[in-house]
Formats: sequence, structure tokens, C-alpha cells
Amino acid sequence: MAIAKTFGIETEYGIVHRGTDDPNPITASSLLINAFLASEGYKPDARSDVIAWDFIDETPGADARGFSPLGALPPEVETHLVNAVLRNGARYYVDHAHPEMSTPEVADPRSAVLYDRAGELIIQRSMAAAHELLPAGQELVLYKNNSDGKGNSYGTHENYLVSRATPFGRIVRHCTAHFITRQIFTGAGKVGAELPGQRTDEVHYQLTQRADFFEEEVGLETTLKRPIINTRDEPHADARKYRRLHVIVGDANPSQVATFLKVGTTALVLSMVEDDLIPHEFEFASPVASMRHVSHDLTLREGLPLADGSTITALEVQWELLDLAKEYVDRHGTDATGGETTHEVLRRWEQVLAGLERDPMELADQLDWVAKFRLIEGYRERHGLTWTDPKLRAMDIQYTDMRPDKGLAWRVGLEQLVTDTEAIAAISEPPADTRAYFRGRCIDTFPEQVVAANWDSLVFDIGSDALRRVPMMEPMRGTRAHVGTLFDECESAAELLRRLGT
Amino acid sequence: MAEREQIRKPAPNERENEAAGNPSASERGEELKAELDDLLDEIDEVLETNAEDFVKSYIQKGGQ
Repeated sequence: MAIAKTFGIETEYGIVHRGTDDPNPITASSLLINAFLASEGYKPDARSDVIAWDFIDETPGADARGFSPLGALPPEVETHLVNAVLRNGARYYVDHAHPEMSTPEVADPRSAVLYDRAGELIIQRSMAAAHELLPAGQELVLYKNNSDGKGNSYGTHENYLVSRATPFGRIVRHCTAHFITRQIFTGAGKVGAELPGQRTDEVHYQLTQRADFFEEEVGLETTLKRPIINTRDEPHADARKYRRLHVIVGDANPSQVATFLKVGTTALVLSMVEDDLIPHEFEFASPVASMRHVSHDLTLREGLPLADGSTITALEVQWELLDLAKEYVDRHGTDATGGETTHEVLRRWEQVLAGLERDPMELADQLDWVAKFRLIEGYRERHGLTWTDPKLRAMDIQYTDMRPDKGLAWRVGLEQLVTDTEAIAAISEPPADTRAYFRGRCIDTFPEQVVAANWDSLVFDIGSDALRRVPMMEPMRGTRAHVGTLFDECESAAELLRRLGT
Repeated sequence: MAEREQIRKPAPNERENEAAGNPSASERGEELKAELDDLLDEIDEVLETNAEDFVKSYIQKGGQ
């Protein structure tokens, strides 16, 4: 049986410190986050500035295949950098040389969009707060993209809770086909290419930011030799029941429709995989090459070679997955995929595939790669520029400039699925229907007593002998329905813990 | 190479019923085009003044 999905999106933002000759992205990222935390009244702490992230249960080197190949490099956990837990249950921290926003766990695709948008607004508030602290003439500017155009990439990862009972090999087979072909609507668009040995004038524009950076089919790495299927096996939940599929192939999407479909269609595919209802597999002859091929083919018409010698287009795979998903929802309902919102996923999935088949340019208010292409191509034609003109590359970067008056994505008329009023509320309020509710309410209500937090536990100091750890191994428990009244009734963290029976 | 025959593609009228039957689709197209023209008119004020320097200096450390 497919389990109810819990979702989350992690976004590493590009960062530029303007007005200084000696920029340091790590210092700049720390300043950005600390400026936000101070401006929003998060508590200062003796050891760090905020409620610290607790690394005790982090095992990013665990491999879903049950072994770690020789030479595989598990990611390092950097514990010394800024690492905060927010009132909405999100994690906001410095990772590598980027500020990273991890949304709280959500239970449906629309909420994923809502908290992704709340993350964008937090970034905007952070830039404004940093501006107040920096010397005149200096500014931090953030970009919601995944590449600097010079071969350096940083990620936007999705996370899905799936049943431990599902054989990992089955997930690999079906998700590979979905990840290769969903690029036709998830891509955020890019001017040029960054493949070693690829002449940039051969690829003027491609569908995705990320496809150039994948070199393996399956593996543990996220920063080198990136794989289409990442095997990090770190469920942040009861490992006997769950695994977390850590998806690293996606682009950061300013388009809310793209984010909605990215998460919604993947949840449907995963549920069908869990219930073993995808009748045949699309075994690609060369998944890595097909990943790039789809990204580089603006016609969406070129066939991709399958292992049996036939070919198939990305659209054909997506039509078939959509048909299966409709059948799946008819027979099994929407409990595993976020409830009623699933119907909206199916409706938009069909509309987008139909639009892509007729004329992708119809979707300029829906999909990032189309909106960006139309804008850049329009500018190119108007000014008679060649595709290698730096102005076009600048527009590509500026598409995701997080300043509302400068970022082109905020001005091209993309359809919004959530209002900014809702998203502003989601900056400080956790989702009601996952354990993020408990985390966020604790951070908000008892900031003095919560000394550490992570995805699956909170640590309290209530002045008694030992610190008290509250485990949260079930992502769907700790919701408002479970514990909402407790927060209304408890006057202290000690009382809360007593009534929770810990 | 042969196309896969076993893939059932829905007939165009079967799958385009929603989008094509929507009379506002073409209006929306016109609207979008007008918006794009307006944006292209004003975009030079927004774009980085020295595109070449801006692109060169946009260097990020690799991440995940």
C-alpha cells in the first residue's frame, strides 16, 4: 500500500555580495541569515545565535542500496555554520557556500508551493535586513537558480517519504524514466550549455539548469559525479517503515505551476511504484545521455533510445504516466498523494502536456523555461543579437534575481497558485498537518526551553537535571489535530512535556 | 528505429478537450504578448548596465 506522502523542498540560492572587492560567500550567507533572525526577533543563544540544529541523528552517508561503493564520498556535515530552525518549521542555514532554505514537511503539493514561496519571501526579507547592516554601497543579492554558467552548480532537492517495503530497484527503474522526461515542464531554462567538450554555440538554449551536471545513473554523491537517482538513505523518520527519496535532478522554479507539477507528478509516480501499478518500464538505453538530450531538444520531438531498440519521446512517456495516474486515482483515491489537490495536479498535468504538444509558447505564464525563452528570444530579435551575446546570459541570471524590482521572473506574468498574503502567514506559521506543526509551535512558544532541533526530534532544557529529547519519528504526527490544544493549554515547556508523557 | 507501437497516445480531441475548449486561451495569448512587449520596452532600465562584466563576475562555488 502506498503511504501518505510527506514532501519537502531544499533550495540552495546563489549569492552575490555587491560593492566589495573581497566577497566571501560563506560570510555573506551567514550575515544574510543572521540579519533575518535578528530582525524577526529570534532568540540569541549563548552558544550560537539561535536555536541550534542538532546533528546527532544525521547520517547522510547511509546508502539506500545497503552498501557504499568504494570511492563514494558521503557529504560532509558542516556543524560550525549558521543553522537555524524557524517558527514555520523550516530550516535556514549555510550549506557549502550558499544560504539554503529547507521547507517544513508538508502533506500535499500545494503546501509545498506555499512554503517554497514563503522561503522566497524570507530570502527577500533577509536581503532587506542585511542591507540595513552593511556599509553604504554594499548589498547582498540572491538568485534562485542552479548554475553560474561556468560549470558550477548548486542544488534544489525534493524529498518524498516512501514505504520502506518498496524495493529500491523498482523506485530506480520508474523514477529514472520520470526524471528524464518531466524536465519538459520542470526545467527553469538556461542560455548555453556547460558540458565539458560541448561547444556553447551548439546549444543556444536548453530546458534545464541542471541536466548538464549529471554523470551517473545511481549513486550517493550530490556534489560530484551527480547521479540521476540519489541513494542517500536517511529517512529522518522511523527507518523500519520509511525511506526518504532524495531527488537531486530538479531545478529551482520561480514558477509555482512548475513547482506544483514537479512535486505533484512525482508523488503520483512514487505512489504507483509503491503499489506496483506501472505495468511496464521505460528502460532507457543511456539514461544520462537521454537526460541531456531532453534538456537540449526545444522541439520536444526527438526520440530517446530505449534498451529494446525502439525510441520514445519525453512527451509520450509523460502522456502514459498521466494516463496511469488517472487510472490510479480512480481506483485508489488520493490519500497517498495529498488528498483533493491531486485532482488539480492531474488537471494541470494534462493541460501542460497538451500545451507542450501544440505550442510550448502557450505556456509562457506557466513554465519557467518557456517564460524565460520567450523573454530572451524576444529581446534577441528586437536588438538583433546573436545567442552568444552576454546580454542574453545576463538576462538568464537576472531571471531569478530575488529583488522584486529586478528579478525578471517576477515581472513576466507567471500564474500564482498561492497568494502572497497566504505566503506571508506561512513565514511564521507551520503547516497544520505534519510534525512540522509541533516543531514550529515549540520554537514559537518556548524559544527559551528548546535548545536544539532537527527533523525528527526536539531537545528541551526545562531546568531539571537532564536535557529532554522528544522524538518525532512519525512525520504525520504532532499535527494541529494531535497537539493544537496542548499548546493553548500549557503554560510552560515543562507542562507540555509532562502532558506528552515524555 | 521504430516508434513504440504499444504506447497508447490519447487522440488529440480526447486530451485537448479542456485547453482547446477554453475560449479564453487565445485571449490569454494576446494578453501575454502585450505584456511581453511592455516588458521588453522597459527591460533596459532593469537589466544590469554592463552585461559582460556582470556575467563574468557571477561566479558561485559549487554546492549540492
